[in-house]
Amino acid sequence: MQSLTNRSKVVSNKQMSFAERTYLIPIIKGMMITLKHLFKKKVTLDYPKMTRPMAPVYRGKHILKRDQNGAENCTACGLCAVACPAEAITMVAAERKKGEEKLYKEEKYAAIYEINMLRCIFCGLCEEACPKEAIFLTDEIVKPSDLRENFIYGKELLVEKMDHRYDITKRQKHLIK
Amino acid sequence: MTDSILLFKFVLAIVTFAISLGVAAYATYGERKIAGLFQDRLGPNNAGPWGLLQPLADGGKMFFKEDFIPAASEKFLFILAPGIAMFTALMTSAIIPWTSPILISGALYQVQVADIDIGILYSLGFVSIGVYGIMIGGWASNNKYSLMGAIRASSQMISYELAMGLALLAVIIMSGSLSLNDIVTAQKGSFLGFLPNWNVFKQPVGFLIFLICAFAETNRAPFDLPECETELVGGYHTEYSSMKLGLFLFSEYINMFISSAIIATVYFGGYNLPLIGRFVTDPNALAAIGFAVFFAKILFFIFFYMWIRWTLPRFRYDQLMHLGWKSLIPIAIINLLVTGAVLILKDYL
Repeated sequence: MQSLTNRSKVVSNKQMSFAERTYLIPIIKGMMITLKHLFKKKVTLDYPKMTRPMAPVYRGKHILKRDQNGAENCTACGLCAVACPAEAITMVAAERKKGEEKLYKEEKYAAIYEINMLRCIFCGLCEEACPKEAIFLTDEIVKPSDLRENFIYGKELLVEKMDHRYDITKRQKHLIK
Repeated sequence: MTDSILLFKFVLAIVTFAISLGVAAYATYGERKIAGLFQDRLGPNNAGPWGLLQPLADGGKMFFKEDFIPAASEKFLFILAPGIAMFTALMTSAIIPWTSPILISGALYQVQVADIDIGILYSLGFVSIGVYGIMIGGWASNNKYSLMGAIRASSQMISYELAMGLALLAVIIMSGSLSLNDIVTAQKGSFLGFLPNWNVFKQPVGFLIFLICAFAETNRAPFDLPECETELVGGYHTEYSSMKLGLFLFSEYINMFISSAIIATVYFGGYNLPLIGRFVTDPNALAAIGFAVFFAKILFFIFFYMWIRWTLPRFRYDQLMHLGWKSLIPIAIINLLVTGAVLILKDYL
């Protein structure tokens, strides 16, 4: 009968010869295979000391951007919180006082801005929803901890540091048409 | 004179003990590292440079674990068993000739803790007592898995000791002595003009049988049926924890070291290196080179044990028995007969 896949094999049930029954040659062959692996390049990455390069659009820990003057972009509009399917984002809005122009870009700002990293599913919808280019996901990883409280990231962890700015141009490519 | 010999032997005994423990400790590290490398991993590399302090970390961990004794166990035997396993493993190191005699203030000293006439018999005896540690441990645990492991260990030991003894007999016929020292000195010189005069070239079949039996006697893969994590949880040491488990595991590595030393001594010329006598004549320098050569051979066989372990899968129990009784013993007997016949015919020629 014609086989459908061409993958069928004829199975033979022939008696093994004496040389085959001693298994010495197959054992030596197998040992050569393992010996080859001894000198192969290892696939393991010595993790904390070395890291694999992340994709440029990797969705990791969030960042709240500042503009070039160091003022926070976020206006606490709440669109990210609405967009968030995991309801991980909460915020409390406040009005900018006189003399705080250096700190906040517009008249309204987020006095408290918290993301629960245990709830967050890193979908990036907050980033898409944001009209002010304030929130972005980075290629950093949320650090492990043995306390649940430590995963609620406030502004001190989320707002971008001026001495350690994060380049978001590679993440904005999909926005530029 | 006798006092100095006593002192020398005493120091040597302690050094041998320390070396056995040290090599066994680093064999555990080597095993993990080599296992890693064979599987394209890195192996332990965080404790100290290249993970070299890993054995210390492992030992420390063993000491701090809870030392649990099952309520239904036979307490005295349960505690005794790891001790027996360790004791028998260490005792065998006494008869190994580490290197050629050394010269200290005009007197030659044999670098061997005890040069007894029945060296090989002594080692075989202790190897077979070694199974008592496993057997008693498995039985005293009062656990089905442990008992299964113990039964397997004892039947495996009995089956493979026969073939092992028969393979060794051929060597003993050839050298005419049971003393390991004589067996080593008989392997000086060259064979057929170009090969070193090692027993492995005269007794290739016997060597193969002995090697297979050595694997079985040390309970190493592919003969690790007494432990057999995948079937018997941990086999005879299922119920053991803390340093009692440590002693069991450690005795396996010491056994591996000693059996590598015996393989190197009996079949690979011990501390002999061909032609070295032509270039070096000072006995102490010869002894140093001999020791290095002997250790290189031992380390190769320890590596070989690990190499086999990460290449071959475990035997099934019936295959184990089949190999031992139906293949190895008949081949060993034929090998013995042929050796005897050749030796007799040699006299008539």
